[in-house]
Amino acid sequence: MAKLVAQMRLIAGALALAFIVAISAPVSAQQPGMINPTADAVKEQQLLQQLKTIQGRVTIPDEKSGVLVHPAGREWRQFHTVTLKWIGAISIIGMLVVLVLFYLWRGPMRVKSGYSGINILRFDVLERFVHWLTAITFVILGITGLNISFGRVLLLPWMGPEAFSAWSEWAKYSHNFLSFGFTLGVVLMFVMWIGRNLPTAVDVEWLKQGGGMFDPTNSTHSPAYKFNAGQKILFWIIMVSSAAMIISGFMLMFPFYSGLTVGNMELAEIFHAVVGVLFVALILGHIYLGSIGMEGAFGAMADGNVDLNWAKEHHSLWAKEEIQADKVKGGAMRPAE
Amino acid sequence: MARMKFLCDADRCIECNACVTACKNEHEVPWGMNRRRVVTLNDGKPGERSVSMACMHCTDAPCAAVCPVNCFYTTADAVVLHSKDLCIGCGYCFYACPFGAPQYPKVGNFGSRGKMDKCTFCAGGPEADFSKEEFEKYGNNRLAEGKLPLCAEMCSTKALLAGDSDVIAQIYKERVSKRGYGSGAWGWQTAYRESIAT
Repeated sequence: MAKLVAQMRLIAGALALAFIVAISAPVSAQQPGMINPTADAVKEQQLLQQLKTIQGRVTIPDEKSGVLVHPAGREWRQFHTVTLKWIGAISIIGMLVVLVLFYLWRGPMRVKSGYSGINILRFDVLERFVHWLTAITFVILGITGLNISFGRVLLLPWMGPEAFSAWSEWAKYSHNFLSFGFTLGVVLMFVMWIGRNLPTAVDVEWLKQGGGMFDPTNSTHSPAYKFNAGQKILFWIIMVSSAAMIISGFMLMFPFYSGLTVGNMELAEIFHAVVGVLFVALILGHIYLGSIGMEGAFGAMADGNVDLNWAKEHHSLWAKEEIQADKVKGGAMRPAE
Repeated sequence: MARMKFLCDADRCIECNACVTACKNEHEVPWGMNRRRVVTLNDGKPGERSVSMACMHCTDAPCAAVCPVNCFYTTADAVVLHSKDLCIGCGYCFYACPFGAPQYPKVGNFGSRGKMDKCTFCAGGPEADFSKEEFEKYGNNRLAEGKLPLCAEMCSTKALLAGDSDVIAQIYKERVSKRGYGSGAWGWQTAYRESIAT
């Protein structure tokens, strides 16, 4: 009897279960989406709108791979392939055009009273060393840097891929190593010349006369100490630009150092590239003035000497100081005893 | 011709990392580098979601656009590959990539990067198919054998799909209509400028 009851209970339970399943089966067939287990989970568009980047956790050691989607890379790509090319082309080619036109109109700035044949020391060996250290490293850094941004468009077509890659790899290493030399040069230059580059009242007068740069008769001799106002402006632009280049450059050279993000690196590259091309354009002007743009100027950095008349016309107050301190070679300016 | 894409069904991914391990093993990827990774969003919180991510082989790939030595190329199947011989390790492709696919071995001083390495859709590189050089540099070339990427083949839940765009989009749409929900094809809007309506 008890066994029969147990069997009856078993059958009843099975029937009940089958009945429930039979009832619910058609119900779920009619409503396929009745449970969405990931309804609370984040959605892609929502995250992109809120945070501009989608970031989570990863179980591999490379922490920065936790960024799933970083669409800002697209804007950086647009800047680097389009905007930067325009900025670079306009500033560098524009500067070259301006220099050529200026030279055609003005010619080299001459010493009106002609050379006296007496030399005066303008830059001693330390100053010349620091200048050339900075200058030569700058030129190589500039060329190798421009190669990264413009090489693909300008050089690759006629060098071919293998040669261009080999050159670019060498260029990358030179750029990274010479950055230290450039940094040293700029720091020494700052310490060495800051005293002579502080603004004075004389500079205002010089600027008003345009330094005589726009007087084709070479008769305007604006007053200046060792460095005229134009040179002082150049000094300060160089110092600020170099600081920007060095800081952004080291960020790029030690990528993601102490938690920098991809966004930081992209910003550093933008800074480095824009300041870089403008800096190159500026220095082209400086090179012009120091070489063909001004008669008698190159000697100052080549062997340190300039002609006395050149000094009196372009840096009159400095020349006076030097004469009084009896620094003139040749002895003809000694006061009668 | 096929247009190859990846689609990770974020509603099925269980963060088992089989795709990561399969890829690393198949291509002998060196220490410290992972071509594919699984990112978990809202880890431990309600609404946790995991997505497997490697190179998406974008239309108009940004990595190719910014490369200073133009070492990228796109195959007839729309797979984005690059040449390690031409690569100078400058790192720009990583800055441009929205998905962080490029990886670099640390070979030198400062932040010197070695040659870039990334997911190849199991399609090797510019060297001859099945050659020793191709395997050493880029890993196995499954596509030339007519096979699909190993990460998708090894996925334990079939969350990761790889193959022709129309085929996997169709599979995903059928899945979504059958089960009634789907969070969309993650990364498709950014990579291919299209999305799958769910």
